[in-house]
Amino acid sequence: MDLFLDGLMNALTPENLLYAVIGVLLGTAVGVLPGIGPAMTLALLFPITYTVPVDSALIMFAGIYYGGMYGGSTTSILLNTPGESSSVVTAIEGNQMAKRGRAAQALATAAIGSFVAGTIATALLVLFAPKVSSAVVQLGAPSYFAILLLALVAVSAVLGSSKMRGFIALFLGLAIALVGTSTGQARLTFGSPLLADGIDVVVVAVAIFAIGEALWVAAHLRRRPLQVIPVGRPWMDRKDWGRSWKPWLRGTAFGFPFGALPAGGAEVPTFLSYITERRLTKHPEEFGKGAIEGVAGPEAANNASAAGTMVPLLAIGLPTTATAAIMLNAIQSYGIQPGPQLFDNEPALVWTLLASLFVANTLLLVLNLPLAPIWAKLLRVPRPYLYAGILFFASLGAYSVSFEPFDLALLLVLGFLGVAMRRFGLPVLPLIVGVILGPSLENQLTQALALSGGDVSTLWSEPVAKVVYAVLVLALVAMAVAAVRGRAARRGASSVEKEEVSA
Amino acid sequence: MTAVVVAYSPDEYGEAALAAGAEEASRRSIPLVVVNATRGDAYVDPHFADADTVARLRERVGEVEVLQEVVPDVGAEVVRVAQERDAELVVVGVRHRSPVGKALMGSVSQRVLLDATCPVLAVKPSA
Repeated sequence: MDLFLDGLMNALTPENLLYAVIGVLLGTAVGVLPGIGPAMTLALLFPITYTVPVDSALIMFAGIYYGGMYGGSTTSILLNTPGESSSVVTAIEGNQMAKRGRAAQALATAAIGSFVAGTIATALLVLFAPKVSSAVVQLGAPSYFAILLLALVAVSAVLGSSKMRGFIALFLGLAIALVGTSTGQARLTFGSPLLADGIDVVVVAVAIFAIGEALWVAAHLRRRPLQVIPVGRPWMDRKDWGRSWKPWLRGTAFGFPFGALPAGGAEVPTFLSYITERRLTKHPEEFGKGAIEGVAGPEAANNASAAGTMVPLLAIGLPTTATAAIMLNAIQSYGIQPGPQLFDNEPALVWTLLASLFVANTLLLVLNLPLAPIWAKLLRVPRPYLYAGILFFASLGAYSVSFEPFDLALLLVLGFLGVAMRRFGLPVLPLIVGVILGPSLENQLTQALALSGGDVSTLWSEPVAKVVYAVLVLALVAMAVAAVRGRAARRGASSVEKEEVSA
Repeated sequence: MTAVVVAYSPDEYGEAALAAGAEEASRRSIPLVVVNATRGDAYVDPHFADADTVARLRERVGEVEVLQEVVPDVGAEVVRVAQERDAELVVVGVRHRSPVGKALMGSVSQRVLLDATCPVLAVKPSA
């Protein structure tokens, strides 16, 4: 508890508070804008890690992450276009509420629900992360290898329209991670000294998120504008409170554990929360026509999942969303290795970060409840201006990694890869996670095999590793069975394309 | 076939243009064509009328053709429609614009005034 209070003191210094405010404002803004998400923003802001101290940078990044989860709901409710993939479900009931003149209540339940869920989930994070970390610290390299493998498979298989596409993206990422001479041997460098240091994660992330998205938008620039529903200040009456608080709590219960699992962050829990609310509601006739429960639950779930994501990120060094993957890379760029030792080696940093999550959450509520109508105005910004700025910061960020013009060429090539992935429906998350976790996976494997003198059986010598492999096999079998069954059932059914949704 | 073409946006300037255009059309007994175009490069464009507004337009003005288009240049679209219909008159609503705003966002009225091949009536909302 003392550690936490020290962290809170540190988080409330004027400087860190300023970074938190910038973070939540920026996060909400990018959350509101479809196609631009917290992951892209973090990638673009990566250069600030060169000058800003580690705690301030992380506070800002955490603010952006939480803010992004919040901002997506505004667009979902007022425009019926999800600002983020985490608020796809919110659009179902939220936009219906807005069409029936209840936009203010929908925004209010989303904002207050996000706050409640974020606070509870952050408290759970404070309780659980140290415990997980002290359990994980006893694991050997074989167990780590197994967990990383499971995470990679889960991230690739859970999301997206097809598992095939997920794995294609994963292997693209792992291939990019192979480039370089880190193992002493030149791999995929094509004899070029420029590639000898490998491809920096920042260049990959900026290219895939920012350049890919900008080129994609440029190719689909003109479209019929959508009608935004005008709204005043969000508010709720007694009845809305009464109908909202249970969905908030249930949404938190879904969001937190799913955020901690490598199952792609907020999409699964928001969907589960929506189905649950539809089943439990006392007003089934309102569902599909603007039931407040259908906004309250999923919005609580997506903020809770953002907090849940922090558990594996801090305790194991395992990112489960694209945003977390870039945060991991940012922490590593300071020479700090997230994982079980983090809580012992860097207690001040960890507790400041955790305390700042509470601060960010409160700021979001205070700032955003009155600002909702202003956020909606952001949607009027013509895309050419927006993406010109993004391209500028993308180039700046990629160049500043090593002041090497070659990186800009690389940025463009990988940017075209990003466009191609969007064109062919490949998910972006497995690629980014592959690039970031690929080297750790290899590290743990070499370490395990070095200790055992090259005996492969060491990989399943630890109980945790055995359990993880069993889960992995079970999951693969279940996937195969579901695929065979699904193929029979799905014939003729069409899949719904999700447009303009970023991770 | 000739017509009166109105450059419309759902605000007081567009309404002023529409009122003047409707009057001219009935005085000359020729059809009224309302053009409401957008560049479509923002998610939301307040100058683009929604379905309700268009329906109300049709109801209020009577015999009127409403064109809603997504085009690279709104002013050029108005001029194009006017030429296509061999219009006798184009009506635009004009507003005060700062030099900076004009440089950044361009001016539809200016494009129409300069490029149209028929007389242009520029109206202001009654203050």
